[in-house]
Amino acid sequence: MELNLLTFIYLIASVTFIVGLKMLSHPASARNGNRVAAVGMTLAILGTIFLYEEDGTRLGNYGWIFGGILIGTVVGTLAAKRVKMTAMPEMVSLFNGMGGACAALISLVEFDHLAHLDPVMAGVLLMANAAGALKGFLLIIVIGLVIGSVSFAGSIIAWGKLNGSIKDFSFKGQHLFNILLLGIIVALASYLIIFLPANAIFIFYTIFFLSLLYGIFFVFPIGGADMPVVISLLNSFTGVAAACGGFLYENKVMLTGGILVGAAGTLLTILMCKAMNRSLTNVLIGSFGGGSKVGTAAGTAVGTHKEISLSDTAVLMSYAAKVYIVPGYGLAVAQAQHACHELEKLLESKGVDVKYAIHPVAGRMPGHMNVLLAEADVPYEKLLEMEQANEEFSTTDVVLILGANDVVNPAAKSDTSSPIYGMPILDVELAKHVIVNKRSMKPGYAGIENELFFRPKTSMLFGDAKKVLQDLVAEIKNL
Amino acid sequence: MEQILSWISNHQEILYIVILMIFVGIEVIGRVPSVLHTPLMSGANAIHGVVIIGAIIVMGKAAPTNYLALIFGFIAVIVGTLNVVGGFVVTDRMLEMFSKKKK
Repeated sequence: MELNLLTFIYLIASVTFIVGLKMLSHPASARNGNRVAAVGMTLAILGTIFLYEEDGTRLGNYGWIFGGILIGTVVGTLAAKRVKMTAMPEMVSLFNGMGGACAALISLVEFDHLAHLDPVMAGVLLMANAAGALKGFLLIIVIGLVIGSVSFAGSIIAWGKLNGSIKDFSFKGQHLFNILLLGIIVALASYLIIFLPANAIFIFYTIFFLSLLYGIFFVFPIGGADMPVVISLLNSFTGVAAACGGFLYENKVMLTGGILVGAAGTLLTILMCKAMNRSLTNVLIGSFGGGSKVGTAAGTAVGTHKEISLSDTAVLMSYAAKVYIVPGYGLAVAQAQHACHELEKLLESKGVDVKYAIHPVAGRMPGHMNVLLAEADVPYEKLLEMEQANEEFSTTDVVLILGANDVVNPAAKSDTSSPIYGMPILDVELAKHVIVNKRSMKPGYAGIENELFFRPKTSMLFGDAKKVLQDLVAEIKNL
Repeated sequence: MEQILSWISNHQEILYIVILMIFVGIEVIGRVPSVLHTPLMSGANAIHGVVIIGAIIVMGKAAPTNYLALIFGFIAVIVGTLNVVGGFVVTDRMLEMFSKKKK
């Protein structure tokens, strides 16, 4: 009875995952979709704890299980609630890494069970036709271990790179090194599974450490601007690792959940690449990190930039008919979304048509700016996507760029040697005036110079985005 | 070869699920607007937290003297819960921003 009930619960949970994901891909139903999946997950977890049986015995160690869940829930909720909107992407990466670690740990324990099997029993298994089953079991353990470890180590590096504690790092022949490393892992795993050697435990742990190493070197050379794509890819890796657990325990809900995320995550990764007009191989191999040096050298724009004062900016903007604001990561860092909304309201009250032009990868993640501006109550209709905005720029008087850089870099269109060549950009140059707010002349995340700043139409307004916007609001009020 | 074939036929039910789920996963998010890329990724991130179930099984089966299984299992339950709870809460916070503006 209980086992049948558990099967039923797993079925419901699997359905909620599918429905949840479906709802998550539409703006109106997204939030409920997330909740539907969360309810399914809770059911599946509780059902497993209280109803799961193996060979007629229930699970034990309730103290440990509830203790672990309690710690995880408290820490997870606090971390997720306290994190600033700007730090959202690295938080996702960190949680993803935790899932990978979980899958790797399961494999470690299951292998330990296997390795300490009674030799007589193991012998019987090997002699009988069960050898195939044993090897299949081992194969899945190893796959779960490798993918889980790569996902864990990679996510931690991605997390560190996004919050700035880990710098880009690459060396000559790194791609060759990575391929070699992966080759060794595959070779060792095949040796382990096919021959079941006496030193299996040693080999297993070697695979574990090499996988962690691979995860680190896999993400290290990839530039910051591509990090969302990498996190999405690692996300789908963890899905596959979770599905391996489903194989091990013949657990359908782990299998459906894991494969679903693995497949959806892979597609999402490709969609993200498309939004940036880059191919996945390009992101992984022709990384920003390696190519940027060439780009900087070739694309160095020589010339002088001109600065504009606050009062001039205030005059220019309040007497314009149409103003576009292009937000970027600088806005997020300065937490300037509220000040930005205030400026927009003030200008609107003066009869200026104010809209936002959102590049698909502005900020550190697709949708980052939408979330941020929505937090400040900016109406949805005011946020225009890139294609729409590009049609409007030619009739725009002033474009105010707030801490965005690479997404407005004309080198993406003209300079074939530029690492961002081919990425669609916002054609802000079509507007009559371009005002760029930045903290300094330092290049953006892709590490390349931006010729836009030296163009005659462009004026620079230096300073922290929030401070500048507040001063600008005060200045316009005084006009 | 024979081993592989018998393994496949022994696990055919699971293999069918895998193949069907791959297609469902692709179909389900086929037309997501780029605005929702991040929340969707975050939601999917929470769903693969289903790996926690494996951690619970490992933990629940661990013999009282098997310290490796107890310790690794315990850590696995903690990090698995982090993945699930953190993932859903972060996604909800992101989407909270979206729902507000409908009013």
